Amino acid sequence: MNVIHLSMLDLGLAALLVLLLALLSFVMRLQLERQILISAARTTVQLLLIGLVLKSLFASSSLLWISLMAFVMLAVAGREVMRRQKRPFSGWWGYGLGSLSMFVSSFATAIFALLVVIGTEPWYLPQYSIPLLGMMLGNTMNGVALALDRLTSSAWQQRAVIETRLSLGQEWSEAIADISRDSLRTGMLPIINAMAAAGIVSLPGMMTGQILSGTPPLEAVKYQILIMFMIAAGTGFATVIATWLGARRLFDVRQRLSLYRLSGSGVK
Amino acid sequence: MSTLNVIDLAVLDIQPASFTLQAGECVGLSGPSGEGKSLLLRAIADLIPHRGTVTLDGVDCKNINPAQWRRRVGLLLPESHWWSDRVGDHFPVREMDRVTALGFDETVFDWQVSRCSSGEKQRLALLRLLANQPQVLLLDEPSASLDPKSVDRLESLIKIYREQMACPVLWVSHDPAQLARVADRQLRLAHKQLQAAA
Repeated sequence: MNVIHLSMLDLGLAALLVLLLALLSFVMRLQLERQILISAARTTVQLLLIGLVLKSLFASSSLLWISLMAFVMLAVAGREVMRRQKRPFSGWWGYGLGSLSMFVSSFATAIFALLVVIGTEPWYLPQYSIPLLGMMLGNTMNGVALALDRLTSSAWQQRAVIETRLSLGQEWSEAIADISRDSLRTGMLPIINAMAAAGIVSLPGMMTGQILSGTPPLEAVKYQILIMFMIAAGTGFATVIATWLGARRLFDVRQRLSLYRLSGSGVK
Repeated sequence: MSTLNVIDLAVLDIQPASFTLQAGECVGLSGPSGEGKSLLLRAIADLIPHRGTVTLDGVDCKNINPAQWRRRVGLLLPESHWWSDRVGDHFPVREMDRVTALGFDETVFDWQVSRCSSGEKQRLALLRLLANQPQVLLLDEPSASLDPKSVDRLESLIKIYREQMACPVLWVSHDPAQLARVADRQLRLAHKQLQAAA
């Protein structure tokens, strides 16, 4: 089975549907038409650009360029993690906490998959490494952002409970144990649910894409299972690292709750 | 039998304060709201950053694991907070003598925290603190939401504990009559300065 190439006309027809949606928004006064059109334009431009980048990356296959690409992806994911929190840590911690945990977890799992499981030659073959890392980072980013947001906002809201537990002589890890556990669950549940629903409720995007481009369904399914496992492990480990580091950072050396370390805290 | 020494303790804009709580001594602390009485207590318990030195029986707070310090220097916060649904989950040990002294019976441990009144919670918070066997008591308005009978019970329970353990007590209250009843001497925090009260 060959891939059916899409012409500009084909994409234009699909774009008509989006225009129709924008028109509908205008008629129904949803005030979303501007956003719809801008987002559609962004999707087009951004994806075309990344297509060009990937094209030259695949052609060169140089480890240097692939690493650079990987770190740009990580940097953007780190920023997104910070942006999605109501009260991120201030200073470098806000950025570094998410980035570090995603780096350790996503990169380790992706490299493990490339070296040990798939066994590409060379191991960093961009056709495999970049999409794999992209999927890892995308999902890990969600988990870490959810967990950290839960951690910092819960600590903020339950400061009195935490301080009570400290005043009763509990160690910092015990005083924040319930909140940490809650944050971990919040970070991990989406991917656990996604694994449970895969194939029944939803056909995962990567598998669908592979099938559309002519891969036999069972091959696509095997890759999807691999990806699911990698994402689950990567998200889980990153969430654990981020939550532990974040929880630790909420206390100073004398185990005092230090909410002033959160941005926008206004704590004196 | 413990002595707490506070040397040049300063928090935020409060002037450095020094005083000693002798073994078994009850010291009252009063002063207008917002002066920082609670801040001083929190600093002694090492819950907030502060300057100066606090020692327990000659051992500097800085040289002790903070959790251990707070078990020894027991701070009763003015509002009680609870992290588990059941009252009993908050108690490491169950001392029935004290529980009955404050007017409860053994069923109290199965109570739901959410169903307790603020007065009940305040009394339970004191029991929860005493279960740690602290060597020093820092009490921040321990009877603010209690009826007169409960205030009596609470005062005598603290007196018994203080005498049994020869435990120094620092007692913050807005009620001059109460401090006159319970305290051996009194301190006053006003205009950001801690002074012996007349």
